[in-house]
Amino acid sequence: MDIYLTPLKFYNQLLLQNLVAEFSKRFSCKIHLNDLKVNIDDFFSIERKQYYSTQILAEVINLTDNIEGKVLLLTDVDLFVPALTFIFGEAQLNGKHSIVSVCRLHEEFYSGISNDKLLLERTIKEALHELGHNYGLRHCLDWDCVMHSSNGIEEVDIKGNGYCPACAKSIEGYLW
Amino acid sequence: MNKKSRILIVDDEKIVRESLYHWFDEENYYVETAEDGEIALKKYSEGEFDLLLVDMKMPGMSGLDLLIKIKAIDKDALIILITAYSSVPTAITALKNGAYDYVTKPVDPDELAHLVKNALQQKSLKIENALLKENLDEVIKPDNLIGESFQMKKIYELVHSVAKTDTTVLIRGESGTGKELIAKAIHINSNRKYSPIITVNCGALAESLLESELFGHEKGSFTGAQFKRKGKFEMADGGTIFLDEIGSISLRMQIELLRVLESKQFNRVGGNDLIKSDFRIITATNEPLEELVKEGKFREDLYYRLNVFTIVIPPLRERKNDIPLLVDFFIGKFSTVMNKKKKKVSKEAMDFLLEYDWRGNVRELENAVERAMVVGKKDTIEVDDLPFHVSKNIFELDEGDNSLAAMEKKYIQKVLNETSWNISKAAQVLGIDRATLYNKISKYDLRKDEY
Repeated sequence: MDIYLTPLKFYNQLLLQNLVAEFSKRFSCKIHLNDLKVNIDDFFSIERKQYYSTQILAEVINLTDNIEGKVLLLTDVDLFVPALTFIFGEAQLNGKHSIVSVCRLHEEFYSGISNDKLLLERTIKEALHELGHNYGLRHCLDWDCVMHSSNGIEEVDIKGNGYCPACAKSIEGYLW
Repeated sequence: MNKKSRILIVDDEKIVRESLYHWFDEENYYVETAEDGEIALKKYSEGEFDLLLVDMKMPGMSGLDLLIKIKAIDKDALIILITAYSSVPTAITALKNGAYDYVTKPVDPDELAHLVKNALQQKSLKIENALLKENLDEVIKPDNLIGESFQMKKIYELVHSVAKTDTTVLIRGESGTGKELIAKAIHINSNRKYSPIITVNCGALAESLLESELFGHEKGSFTGAQFKRKGKFEMADGGTIFLDEIGSISLRMQIELLRVLESKQFNRVGGNDLIKSDFRIITATNEPLEELVKEGKFREDLYYRLNVFTIVIPPLRERKNDIPLLVDFFIGKFSTVMNKKKKKVSKEAMDFLLEYDWRGNVRELENAVERAMVVGKKDTIEVDDLPFHVSKNIFELDEGDNSLAAMEKKYIQKVLNETSWNISKAAQVLGIDRATLYNKISKYDLRKDEY
């Protein structure tokens, strides 16, 4: 099943290219870049100054339901769900849609210092993580596994950048 | 995580319920949701949830009302309240009503993850602790409380029925019957078992010392009071105080005691501050308190205050079928202590032990077995290994006063003379404690020069 990387309000082309390259190394399936025209401004909360992730996903599901493959949305905007202050990403468990925000994966967000290498590494981890949920995986207790939960940037950095052998079994076409 | 922890999310807002549901679901928890308090109560009673996340503000039953209702069903329920805004009064109200914690919406995911993890960990530790305590109960059963006779079984039943209450208990029985063991059995089967049982032998202390012992004293309150000291009533806070030989306390102390029993408050000797203590009281005596009341030596009001629930321990001679069991227990005990092989008892020795009158009751039997274990050279305890005063006729009856009191006086005098008035030795031979022996000496006005 192919993977469709779909930018939405996402302007870092270099990061996108690097992510495609990295995914191509890791998966036997095809990695597509999908250009989707969708206005997500309706899902912006003026009060929270964030975008409501679940609503974005719902909208995209309507528009891309015919796609045979996993649709991974990438965005620069900050995401939220009502109960939580922010989320790095959201995915349909056992589904085909997921979204990752790189807003809080930027090192500038925390220290004011830009670090492209770290941003790529964090984006790979969170993208693999949300994709894992699409393949039915829940959070893994193994810190070396990318499916370990990460509720803060430190936890994103600590956890491994690939699936553990047990989780990898559930990911179709995963080569590592 | 071997078993999934079960979480119930209660929030009237669907989007909050759903986002929390997904978040916890991905975290590997078993999650259910409820949109109001009524549904939550129903689900809680059916579902055995480990943790509840409850929105404070809901139409109908508020989160706080739900918290109170669930706590009434299950005081150990783990509940985290979610509020829309943070305020100290809200937090205080929630925590006062038994909430584990409260969080403000929206919650930082890291904070929520830690909070839930810690709460569940604390709960599992609590369960583990309770299990350990249950195991501990088996260990601390008074295993030296021996007896399968119907009299003892009846006593166990009485102990069982009174233990869980806070009723004052009066234990009666001859010296050496095990009154203190019964008091301990009541204590360790009571809800106060994790607090101390404090024993005071009222007969062993002079009046002034007893007062200081029971109530404590302030520094400098009397000569020798160099430091402030807590009294036994204060030390027994939360637990049980066992007052042995209650019949021997002076009338003045009886008044003090009555006051404390009624108010659970007292002053330390030389102190002005009122000390409060929550204790259960168990007393014991081998004296006929009713007669002491008639003679004006024991206050009637105190007698009724103490004599709420009475347990009478029969003397060993009235439950002789417990003797083989007791002998076996004491042989086991002393062979461990002395690091000796467990001995058997010859038929003749056992017949003798069964025939004997055991005026010193179980304590005398214990001493007899201990002696036999020390002096006996063989693997079997023989009649000759038993103490002299047990293995021979105690003393000859004479023409004079043969009342029990007279016999007791004569016998004590004899043992005292044989031991050259060594009180410890004499008490050991008699199978009573030193304090009891002092009382007997005083009661019968025994003197060394009388011999």
